[in-house]
Amino acid sequence: MSARPLTIALAGNPNSGKTTIFNTITGTRQKVGNWPGVTVEKKEGRVEKFGRSLTIIDLPGTYSLTPFSIEEIVARDYILEQRPDVVIDIIDASNLERSLYLATQLRELDCKIVFALNMIDLARSRGVKIDGDKLSSLLDVPVVFTVGNRREGIDALLKCAIALADADSPPEARRRVKYSQDIEASLRVLQEMIDPSLAARLGYNARWTAVKLIEDDQVIKAHLQARAGEASQPLLEAAQQQRRQLYERYNDEPEIITTDERYGYISGIIKEVYTTSTQERVDISRHIDRLLTNRFLGLPIFFLFIWAMFQATFSLGAYPMDWIESAVGAVSSILDHLLPAGMVKALLLDGIVAGVGSVIVFLPNILILFFCIALFEDTGYMSRAAFLMDKVMHLIGLHGKSFIPMLMGFGCNVPAIMATRTLESRKDRILTILITPFMSCSAKLPVYIVLAGTFFGARAGTVIFAIYLAGILLAILFGRLFRDALLKGEDAPFVMELPPYRIPMLKSLLIHMWDRSKMFLRKMGGVILAGSIVIWVLSTFPRQYDTSASFAAQRESLTARYATEITAAADADRGVLQVERDQQMRQLARQQEEARMADTYLGRLGRWIAPVFAPIGIDWRGGVALLTGFVAKEVVVSTMGVLYAVGDDQGSEALQEALRASGMQPISALSMMVFVLLYLPCVATTATIRRETGSVRWMLFSITYTTAVAWLAALLVYQSGRLLALAA
Amino acid sequence: MDLSQVKEGQSCTIDRVGGSGSFRRRVLEMGILKGSVVHVEKYAPLKDPLELIVKGYHVSLRVAEAARITVKEVT
Repeated sequence: MSARPLTIALAGNPNSGKTTIFNTITGTRQKVGNWPGVTVEKKEGRVEKFGRSLTIIDLPGTYSLTPFSIEEIVARDYILEQRPDVVIDIIDASNLERSLYLATQLRELDCKIVFALNMIDLARSRGVKIDGDKLSSLLDVPVVFTVGNRREGIDALLKCAIALADADSPPEARRRVKYSQDIEASLRVLQEMIDPSLAARLGYNARWTAVKLIEDDQVIKAHLQARAGEASQPLLEAAQQQRRQLYERYNDEPEIITTDERYGYISGIIKEVYTTSTQERVDISRHIDRLLTNRFLGLPIFFLFIWAMFQATFSLGAYPMDWIESAVGAVSSILDHLLPAGMVKALLLDGIVAGVGSVIVFLPNILILFFCIALFEDTGYMSRAAFLMDKVMHLIGLHGKSFIPMLMGFGCNVPAIMATRTLESRKDRILTILITPFMSCSAKLPVYIVLAGTFFGARAGTVIFAIYLAGILLAILFGRLFRDALLKGEDAPFVMELPPYRIPMLKSLLIHMWDRSKMFLRKMGGVILAGSIVIWVLSTFPRQYDTSASFAAQRESLTARYATEITAAADADRGVLQVERDQQMRQLARQQEEARMADTYLGRLGRWIAPVFAPIGIDWRGGVALLTGFVAKEVVVSTMGVLYAVGDDQGSEALQEALRASGMQPISALSMMVFVLLYLPCVATTATIRRETGSVRWMLFSITYTTAVAWLAALLVYQSGRLLALAA
Repeated sequence: MDLSQVKEGQSCTIDRVGGSGSFRRRVLEMGILKGSVVHVEKYAPLKDPLELIVKGYHVSLRVAEAARITVKEVT
């Protein structure tokens, strides 16, 4: 017996407990990544079992293998092209009939396959009886009963899979779906045209290829043309001919007939192997749903859950955030003491530590959020949330599940955009990612507080509320616009399973949470690091030694002047003079910082693009502040502090004074707030958009359109405000 | 009569699934096909979508989608 390493792929419907079985087999030895070219999660784990090294591949959960969704294409291609040694089809035992649809399709692929009838305990408690031996002999497939979350049957399942992998050749599938006479006749015609040389070039089983051609499977047709070129032409034409005949015979598309007949075949099997003791089973899940999706209570309860998730993510997360911030502060002060002053130190402290620090602070938020989302998903509540909110979201052309990412956007766009992974359709995902940045994130709030607090006094709250509302309205507007113009086509059908509620396993929740957070840390870290260094370089170079010399001279003369005054003054006045001196020194330091900033590349850039900001009533300092906001939106406030010469060590009152003194008008402040609400997302968000859309083009599009919208909206606000002021 | 007209708590038998392309195929693959008995469990609080029980599991459909499915024998 060979001891070669084996590859085992896990296939199955969503909610079949596939992930639980995967986690049970592989534990924490998992590698999470993406399938090549698509943003579908790929999970892989390696284990040593029964003296064999096994690679377990978790295929995306699908209901079928027709190439309508990325997940289905990924799963099918993996089985066809990578040829795993064994495929384990994980079947929810309570849901046998529907699960067998995927199972019969897998069977047709002629791969080595084992059925795992999972969650058999739950099925039995509901009065379901399944004759495993009968099922096994009817479909010629080994059947193992399992309870994934209790490890029951897992060893037997693996043993069975290994034995099957070691068996000589794949048993020619004797028991597969028998279609009606007309379809079988058409299949025979096509099968005969697939001669051995063509079959070899294709690499697929002839009968299966014929079935797919009858079903007009675009992926297989393209594959056929790519592999066989001209030689495929007669076959494709014959397939069209057969399809036409079948259409005339049945007055319906052949792929509909095959679907129908597969279910017919399945219902025959079900009659022989499956019995339920009571028609109206005791169904706890149904009772829970009477409350959670109740006509009157459903929505309030949903909002309560969302509120709790929000609180947990942003309020509870604030504590560890503080700890991390102090830890980053401690690291930077230690480095400050250890390193000699100079370029390296500045880069390390202001660039790298500050940059990495700005990523790590998000970690608690991300962890908590993903824990909550994992909880929603693993319990089965996520699909109820979509069920409750679909009507509202559908108005914007979105799926019910888009609600949660969009809501999270008010906290932080990074986890919000990562949460779009729960959406199945790529179109929905991209649309949600494009409009989520208009949900005003919490980092923008300090900017509003400073500006509205300075210029709108008692009405600040109303103004900030209006800004938030404007963001929501624009998101709706652009959602509709993009749906009609950019991401056209029929909405993805909302055929969504509402799986039974389940008690989640802590281990699964933690693995789920950690996988996604790890990805955030690893991938975002690099981009943010690079971004922070770039901004640091732009705001540091070129270094102006001459002005620093002149400021040093000013400082010396100031010190000297006060030194003489203090010596000359009476004891009582000395304290006052010292305070005055310190104030002057700080003032000088701020002026120096302002002069330095004005001359750096960033400052030059600010003045160079000043004409762009002029029509929206923002001066070059505001412009630079907005540019630095690319690192993180809070930075806008601290840059304004620096540029309006307050220093960021002071409270916001000093900045408010300075802003008023700078001659800024309320209408400019309003325009700036609108701009901050809408303009380009921060570095971390941009990197997330790049990652989650899997395309630089969507990232660039997002940056461009948000900034253009921001500018136009600010222009509208500023210019109409001025006109109104003139009129009044 | 179509499925969107069936009231909460009623059951019916699917007669024909209309619509086109991926929608139709998806609905059929989920086991909602001619002859299947479906029970309308409830409508969402905002009256759309609706929840069905078919082949022993729960599934939701939008009202506009349910309107493309013809049913008979409503009880």
